[in-house]
Amino acid sequence: MRDSILPLRADALRYSVDGRALIDGVSLTIEPGAFAVVLGPNGAGKSLLLRLLHGMLPPTSGKVTWANGVNGDLRRRQAMVFQRPVLLRRSVEANIAYALGALGVPRRQRADMIDLALTRAGLEDSRRVQARLLSVGEQQRLTVARALACEPDIMFLDEPTASLDPASVQRIETLLSDANARGMAVVLVTHDVGQARRLGRDIVFLHGGRLAEQSSADAFFDTPRSRVARAYLAGEIIV
Amino acid sequence: MHDLQAAFQLAFRLIFTGDADLMEIIGLSMGVSLTAVLLACVIGMILGAAAGVLRFPGRPAVIIFLNALMGLPPVVVGLGVYLLLSRAGPLGVFGLLYTPTAMIVAQTILVTPIVAALTRQVVEDLYEEYDEQLRSLGVSGVGLVRTLLWDARFSLITVALAGFGRAVAEVGAVMIVGGNIDHLTRVMTTAIALETSKGNLALALALGIILVGISLIVNGAVSILGGRTGRPRHA
Amino acid sequence: MSSRLAKFWLLFMAVSAAACSPPAVAAERDYIILQSTTSTQNSGLLRYLIPKFRKTTGIDVRVVAVGTGQALKNGRNGDGDVLLVHARSAEERFVAAGFGVGRRDVMYNDFVVVGPRTDPARIGDLSDVASAFAKISARLAPFVSRGDESGTHIRERALWEAAGIDPESASGAWYREAGSGMGATLNAAVGMGAYTLTDRGTWVGFRNKADLKILVEGDPRLFNPYGIILVNPARHPHVNAAGGSAFIAWLTGPEGQAAIGSYRLNGERLFHPLVHR
Repeated sequence: MRDSILPLRADALRYSVDGRALIDGVSLTIEPGAFAVVLGPNGAGKSLLLRLLHGMLPPTSGKVTWANGVNGDLRRRQAMVFQRPVLLRRSVEANIAYALGALGVPRRQRADMIDLALTRAGLEDSRRVQARLLSVGEQQRLTVARALACEPDIMFLDEPTASLDPASVQRIETLLSDANARGMAVVLVTHDVGQARRLGRDIVFLHGGRLAEQSSADAFFDTPRSRVARAYLAGEIIV
Repeated sequence: MHDLQAAFQLAFRLIFTGDADLMEIIGLSMGVSLTAVLLACVIGMILGAAAGVLRFPGRPAVIIFLNALMGLPPVVVGLGVYLLLSRAGPLGVFGLLYTPTAMIVAQTILVTPIVAALTRQVVEDLYEEYDEQLRSLGVSGVGLVRTLLWDARFSLITVALAGFGRAVAEVGAVMIVGGNIDHLTRVMTTAIALETSKGNLALALALGIILVGISLIVNGAVSILGGRTGRPRHA
Repeated sequence: MSSRLAKFWLLFMAVSAAACSPPAVAAERDYIILQSTTSTQNSGLLRYLIPKFRKTTGIDVRVVAVGTGQALKNGRNGDGDVLLVHARSAEERFVAAGFGVGRRDVMYNDFVVVGPRTDPARIGDLSDVASAFAKISARLAPFVSRGDESGTHIRERALWEAAGIDPESASGAWYREAGSGMGATLNAAVGMGAYTLTDRGTWVGFRNKADLKILVEGDPRLFNPYGIILVNPARHPHVNAAGGSAFIAWLTGPEGQAAIGSYRLNGERLFHPLVHR
């Protein structure tokens, strides 16, 4: 098998707009197979951090490095899922095929990968249905399946199950934990503390663009060290 | 009222007897306008998609200009093309004036800005929605434009129909560059103008009714062939 | 769009372009482009004559029917081979300037003044067209002018001058300049219940007369001769001089002249052959 692109290292990441630092000096490491959940109040910079790590935005200062300075075709080894499913106007299987094609997978390899992805996501019966006609829960399942289809080393998810029905949430969480069990790292931003408890092994807690706390999930939920984290877990509004 | 009734009767009679002159005129109208729209779509959709996706200095001005060109008066386009193709003009040596080719050129110039401006809007709206996901997949450049254009295909069909409507209905451009020559460059609209000038109002109206009918058929056919319906499923 | 589709479209466009391009050399062309007035088209005369000419010579005639003014301008640019117009002084200026050669008289008809049946300016019993115009002006009765530098328009202006009147000072009031061909001008006159000057050929064939009728005719100043000119091939080498000359010769020769004289519309003879040696 090929080498993993992880560990992912962020060094003193900073992202400012008009002089205001929205991400301020965040450093962290994601190891292969990790399941990190990013928590924090609104406006803390969680989504921004995700985009910086994924390479969609260049940091104002600081850097993001991958394993062994790998810089080449990182695209194929990472995937990202957004809060609202973004699907093309084509069938379910064509959407997956498109992603595989965009990532450079040769045509003859795609069929098997698509079958596997559909089966894992429980969407085989819908493979020829127009993706946009699926229910929201099914659509989001499809975006996760699409992201998984390329067997990435790491997947970023930005509140993927916010406003989905519980059944869909459960199915997607299963997809993620199964993939994680197979060795894929996950960085998940969520507002759902319950979800963080269910899935996370490491917690990254952001506040005001800064890394307020980072620890294992057990440690975080039992004894949060920072005042902000305690207040957050207690359900208070943090400004 | 009586004129209108006479016109409808005349229109049906012309169609059902397969009047040879009428068929010739309809054939030329469709040939010229469809070709022009096809060319305009190739040029305009690519231009429009590029304008929708690329960010460059002066972009707002380009968009305003493109939108304004949608209002190009056909007769002005006709005049411009005439000056180009006239024997006294820069392209006169090709002898294209008073031919269907000249009419296609004029209508292509007329329709391309419409297609480009509308495509730009359609693609830009779609781009906003897809931007992050496609960037995450590493899609950019030509692949991005291709993806957006294909995904917008239903809206773009409507854009093409808008262009076709403009082309098949205009008279100013084709009259000047075509010359309304019998059996050569006479199309529906110039025939209507001619019959009106001869006081044949019922016939002119009948031709008008037929033209509207053709437009209905074209739109209907496209709608059926495009054939996409479907309601989203729930949970 | 796949590259196969793109290749198809490129091929399609190339073939269309090739199919559309006309022969560039004059000698190859088996047609001439005739820039003509609207009266010869609207009256149906050209539709009657052209097949006869084609049968005799095998040459097709493509008619672009615009006004005299535009026909002369097009001829100046070289966008035509032969001109058939009816404004003698303008024609002579055209030839004198070197834009045309071989000008011949072809035929004549006459102008008539048409107006509403009610004839508010009371010109129906006049035989002097200048007086008629004077009465129209005095009465401020609506009058529609071609206003487009056509042969008819040029004659109309001359008639106002003969009556000692400057109608353009009232342009937009009772004197309305339509800037249009004869048919559109007649439609406007019908719509407004106005007077206008028209050639008899267009009038007889006009199907929307409503309640307009001929009120003044027969005045010698209403005589309307047509001339035919070959666009100067020395100036515009691409002109089909052979075809154009053949048409002129035929039209002014016995066969063409007889054809002109035999043309009838609604039983009326609209054009009279003018054979000048």
